[in-house]
Amino acid sequence: MIRIFISRDSASVSVGSVRIARLVCEEAAVRGLILETALTGSRGLFWLEPLVEVETPGGRIAYGPISPSDVGSLFDADFLTGAEHPLRLGRLEDQPYLARQQRLTFTRCGIVDPLSVEDYEAHGGYAGLRRALSLEPQAIVNEIKLSGLRGRGGAGFPTGIKWDTVLHAQADRKYIVCNADEGDSGTFGDRMLMEGDPFSLIEGMTIAGLAVGAAKGFIYIRSEYPYAYRTMTDAIALATKAGCLGPSLMGSDQAFTLETRLGAGAYICGEETSLLDSLEGKRGMVRAKPPLPAIAGLFGKPTLINNTLSLATVPWILANGGQVYADFGMGRSRGTLPIQLAGNVTRGGLIELAFGATLREIVEDFGGGTATGRPVKAVQVGGPLGAYFPASMLDLPLDYETLAAEKGLLGHGGIVVFDDSVDLSQQARFAFEFCAAESCGKCTPCRVGAVRGVEVMDRIIAGIEPEKNFEVLEDLCTLMTDASLCAMGGLTPLPVMSALTHFPEDFDKAPQVPAAAE
Amino acid sequence: MALIRELDYGTPICRTEKAVTLTIDGQPVTVPAGTSVMAASMMLGTEIPKLCATDSLEPFGSCRLCLIEIDGRRGTPASCTTPAEEGMVVHTQTDRLARLRRGVMELYISDHPLDCLTCSANGDCELQDMAGAVGLREVRYGYDGGNHLDAPKDVSNPYFTFEDSKCIVCSRCVRACEEVQGTFALTVQGRGFDSRVSPGGMDFFGSECVSCGACVQACPTATLNEKSVIDLGTPEHSVITTCAYCGVGCTFKAEMKGTTVVRMVPYKHGKANEGHSCVKGRFAWGYATHKDRITKPMIRDRITDPWQEVSWQQAIDHAASMLKRIQTKYGRDSIGGITSSRCTNEETFLVQKLVRAAFGNNNVDTCARVCHSPTGYGLKTTLGTSAGTHDFASVDQADVMIVIGANPTDGHPVFASRMKRRLREGARLIVIDPRRIDLVRSPHIEADYHLPLKPGTNVAMINALAHVIVTEGLVDEEYVRERCELDAFEGWARFIAEERHSPEAVADILGVSAADVRGAARLYASGGNSAIYYGLGVTEHSQGSTMVMGMANIAMATGNIGKRGSGVNPLRGQNNVQGSCDMGSFPHELSGYRHVSDDATRQMFEAFWGVGLLNEPGLRIPNMLDEAVSGSFKALYIQGEDIAQSDPDTQHVTAGLKAMEFVVIQDIFLNETAKYAHVFLPGSSFLEKDGTFTNAERRINRVRKVMPPLGGLADWEVTIALSNALGYPMCYTHPSEIMDEIARLTPTFAGVSYDKLDQLGSVQWPCNEAAPAGTPMMHVDRFVRGKGKFMITDFVPTEERTGPRFPLILTTGRILSQYNVGAQTRRTENSRWHEEDVLEIHPFDAESRGILDGDLVSLESRSGDIALRALISERMQPGVVYTTFHHAKTGANVITTDYSDWATNCPEYKVTAVQVRRTNRSSDWQARFFEEDVALKRIDANANAAE
Repeated sequence: MIRIFISRDSASVSVGSVRIARLVCEEAAVRGLILETALTGSRGLFWLEPLVEVETPGGRIAYGPISPSDVGSLFDADFLTGAEHPLRLGRLEDQPYLARQQRLTFTRCGIVDPLSVEDYEAHGGYAGLRRALSLEPQAIVNEIKLSGLRGRGGAGFPTGIKWDTVLHAQADRKYIVCNADEGDSGTFGDRMLMEGDPFSLIEGMTIAGLAVGAAKGFIYIRSEYPYAYRTMTDAIALATKAGCLGPSLMGSDQAFTLETRLGAGAYICGEETSLLDSLEGKRGMVRAKPPLPAIAGLFGKPTLINNTLSLATVPWILANGGQVYADFGMGRSRGTLPIQLAGNVTRGGLIELAFGATLREIVEDFGGGTATGRPVKAVQVGGPLGAYFPASMLDLPLDYETLAAEKGLLGHGGIVVFDDSVDLSQQARFAFEFCAAESCGKCTPCRVGAVRGVEVMDRIIAGIEPEKNFEVLEDLCTLMTDASLCAMGGLTPLPVMSALTHFPEDFDKAPQVPAAAE
Repeated sequence: MALIRELDYGTPICRTEKAVTLTIDGQPVTVPAGTSVMAASMMLGTEIPKLCATDSLEPFGSCRLCLIEIDGRRGTPASCTTPAEEGMVVHTQTDRLARLRRGVMELYISDHPLDCLTCSANGDCELQDMAGAVGLREVRYGYDGGNHLDAPKDVSNPYFTFEDSKCIVCSRCVRACEEVQGTFALTVQGRGFDSRVSPGGMDFFGSECVSCGACVQACPTATLNEKSVIDLGTPEHSVITTCAYCGVGCTFKAEMKGTTVVRMVPYKHGKANEGHSCVKGRFAWGYATHKDRITKPMIRDRITDPWQEVSWQQAIDHAASMLKRIQTKYGRDSIGGITSSRCTNEETFLVQKLVRAAFGNNNVDTCARVCHSPTGYGLKTTLGTSAGTHDFASVDQADVMIVIGANPTDGHPVFASRMKRRLREGARLIVIDPRRIDLVRSPHIEADYHLPLKPGTNVAMINALAHVIVTEGLVDEEYVRERCELDAFEGWARFIAEERHSPEAVADILGVSAADVRGAARLYASGGNSAIYYGLGVTEHSQGSTMVMGMANIAMATGNIGKRGSGVNPLRGQNNVQGSCDMGSFPHELSGYRHVSDDATRQMFEAFWGVGLLNEPGLRIPNMLDEAVSGSFKALYIQGEDIAQSDPDTQHVTAGLKAMEFVVIQDIFLNETAKYAHVFLPGSSFLEKDGTFTNAERRINRVRKVMPPLGGLADWEVTIALSNALGYPMCYTHPSEIMDEIARLTPTFAGVSYDKLDQLGSVQWPCNEAAPAGTPMMHVDRFVRGKGKFMITDFVPTEERTGPRFPLILTTGRILSQYNVGAQTRRTENSRWHEEDVLEIHPFDAESRGILDGDLVSLESRSGDIALRALISERMQPGVVYTTFHHAKTGANVITTDYSDWATNCPEYKVTAVQVRRTNRSSDWQARFFEEDVALKRIDANANAAE
């Protein structure tokens, strides 16, 4: 029987992968062919979707992007044998886009059946947990410390240190919480992983539970990710049935259970303390720190809260050793970063690379420049709170410290590309507008400041009293940076000030003619 | 005198043992570990600007004004959320901080009305203060940006307004509602700039808000502001005094303009309330100057005559000569007096002294007769003291609470808030009550067990609980061996272990499943520190005293007396019911609960008072009324009581009063009892006199005069005048002298003086040489009586039985907004929450009688019948109906009967067999009431015109 692989990742579905799958099956039936269709996650080469891979003795041969009208010709060309066709891509592993990557976190994504524990194990899954079960909690934590893994949610805090804090917190119970409230514009790594390789997250959280002494975990998934929510929920049930979750992990005397929780549509709930409030059933409001969640988090108990990608990387580290992971990367940024390339770009997708690759490699080599064919004017790195960098700075290496030094941030690894039609003063305004829309409303600099920021930008864009308003803008940015309660208000000035610093010409507006206004 | 402004440390005061030393602006300061940098700074006298922080609330960190810099740390953390650490070097005033603070204020003011001069909080506004403190001089954003200046004002609450346009969204009100009050009525709606404080999306009056005032107090601006302040302006001086409502005894600052009260604000250093209040104490004080106040003495020959206003001299002389005449004619014992639990200790002491020394008999009683007399009897018998064992603060360490026959959220709201806080922290709760009171399930609180027993089966319940404790080996044997009389224990244990007391055996009597009873008993006995809190649902039964002893039994058996978080604690009804009992108001006891037959005690009083005293107890209130009806009791002096409304079987009470030849009423209003009086002496409210009240935790609190008595004399002065006119001279120039006499004659009060009270704020008796600062917790190492005594508590069902004629059981109680007979609260806006007494009835009972919600129904017992409106409620169990007795015109006590506690005569208010049916008219009693309400309350029109 011939097996074909089609992605059921949200991004693939959005460009018609499920429809293609149906058409292929129908066409096969008409032609009397028996097919087995395996629904997988995405390989992250989104510009090639919808994509069909056919299992052949020479590997999985890919065809794409396929439109409904191509289905007939594919059969005519006998694509089920891996035959030639204009859409034939060959093995995806041989595509430079994938071949140049270092896939550790996403090693199985798009290859395995997301809802098969057997397939997961057949592709190296649960090796990390097996090892963890033989280790003392401190030894697991030490392995994470050795790996140099830092929080992939954006803050880049050393994961091992956080684990160590939770391990040594004394309490009658502790929790593991996965922050899957992936809300940054242009990012999709968490979703892709949850839809394509959910067991890696489950395994990572289970290992985390063993490491810090927690028997209960929650995955907080944003409401805009219904497929990820369903996949994770189903995967948890399967893992529990297989004995990889529950009262006796793989037959040991260790217990760990997991539940999914759906967010309610607030960007701020990606901020960890708001997330905890929301998880407790409250309005998602930022908590003041201290106490750190590691000391008093969910329901007041020590809580390890990590990003999806951080936790999903844990199995690889345990299976292959912390040092092997640490051998990737540069400076204090160790391992690999799953970069999510989006915006005005020819080849958008997931690019997992060791730290240190330059923006130019990502945008030009991988991304192939803008989709519109116009020159790149700016890239925003790290989501809506990240800095805008001009084309002249594309040689910056992607590394936490380098970007911080340039008054930017790496964030969750999202990169959004803009061509030369963008007006950065509008983007600066948008930064405030976004903050105003998503602020939880707790602290004054963010609650009131964001609204005033929009108003000041409107005056600047209208050319009203530019000198005074630039001064007010800078004071407001300093205030929000220094005085905001959390990173939402604190980082909003980053895109604003980067736009102002790198694209001053966009802010130089013709003054309004007072007479005309009256 | 000046306005008292309490220091606000910004964050709660930390009481840890460990200390840390840090440096703030160059000055070293040592504080308990866990103290915030903000509070530590305040301890040095350095106030860091703040808006969202206040020391009654946990730190929140939202306003971002209190930013500081710390050597060696990045950024500018908020001082309220940063704990002080050893060696920390903090800077609270730097150029950078000044710029940031000014920036924050600039944002605030860009969305705030600029009407400071005409604002009701002008001069009492933290936003205004902070704008000044940070030196804000300009709002560069202008005032035409996004704002909330047009937000509507909510004036629905009778006592305060909510002016949204002035709200800075600091959430202090929301947090006060959650953390301090525990009601969770307020929330923030919307997010970001649209975040607005809201009482759940409706107006305040229609919301869950209980008007405790915590939000108003917490508000730093004019957003939540007392209407009295809006009307009168800000106060100019304050006087610390004690609330005259329930037995919690909250300390308030009476904030004054001259002799006018502007507002009552709970005082942070008040040890009973620690800065919290309820709708009554906080807002319902307007009755004190209500137009119904009678301020001129009045007399009349017959109760059908109109009252004639006379001078004090005339009224006192008339009263004295009549009392003397009656004693001459009918004998020494034909007259008596009733002391008031509303009045001060000193006044109560004087009334019983008047009866014993000037009347020459022991015919003195008090309203505690009808509420907590079984508490006195039961706890004295078992433990040795007629009072609760613990202070309120002890509940903070309770792991398990049993609430029996009490409804703290309505009756004792400020203590209820404290209980709820502890329950939210995880303490377990057992509620034993026929009704599903609010505590059973309210925001973030759910009782582990609600045992909805049938009214009248308390003793069967406590015995079943005790049975489980004894038969399941849950007795703290070491404690019992060391602390209690072993013979009595063993006798009791054998008794209680009998199968007839098992939960299974009494399940049908109780109407509660045996499994729940067993579960509750196990939880109480093995859940850590377990405390019992109870109310009149325990005492107002034919076996009230037995039940009190039953509770003491299980507390002793489980070692739950003498340690923090445990005890047997009555929630006292009235402000000074503890005090009136302490002061010797009962016919058989002199102050400090010493029997009149005790020669040594009596002789001490005789020597000091210079008169001979009787060694036989006098008449109790019910006896006085019985003997009045039978013709041997002829005259009564009543200070501040309204027995015609409050006491059971109203028609029997009024028959007794009518049968007397002479009744003297001393009260602030022409109350129900005054309809049957011949002399009316104007009383004085708590605002008009000095004195002390003793609360449910034996705490003696000062009452301070803030205005002159409206009638010219304080109550204690009236009693003195009456005594002098009777020929027994009393000479006190100030209540402190009365307290000195009490201290001299009462060992448990030996160390009490006004100087000490001024110095310590309050003390809990016993206060003497052994305990100069008072006694928060009793029976610590040994019981007051020596060894604790287990008492046999056989369950004897009440004679009051349901049957075909009266198939339902009526139980009575009260609600939050009204207080007892309503004399005070009915003369305030509180009536808007409870305009009339209603009959709560289960849907099943209503359905079978064809009763719809709001129908007028007739409520009838063998004592009488009344009509009131039905409220169909699932809080009730089938077969049980409930009403309140706040409105005289309802006449709830027309229904209640003359059954009472076997030991103390405390009436059986809580069990009356009744029938309920639809009706379309008032009862005959009510019709007569309305007639008499006019006929017997007439005041001579000519006398009024002469003014």
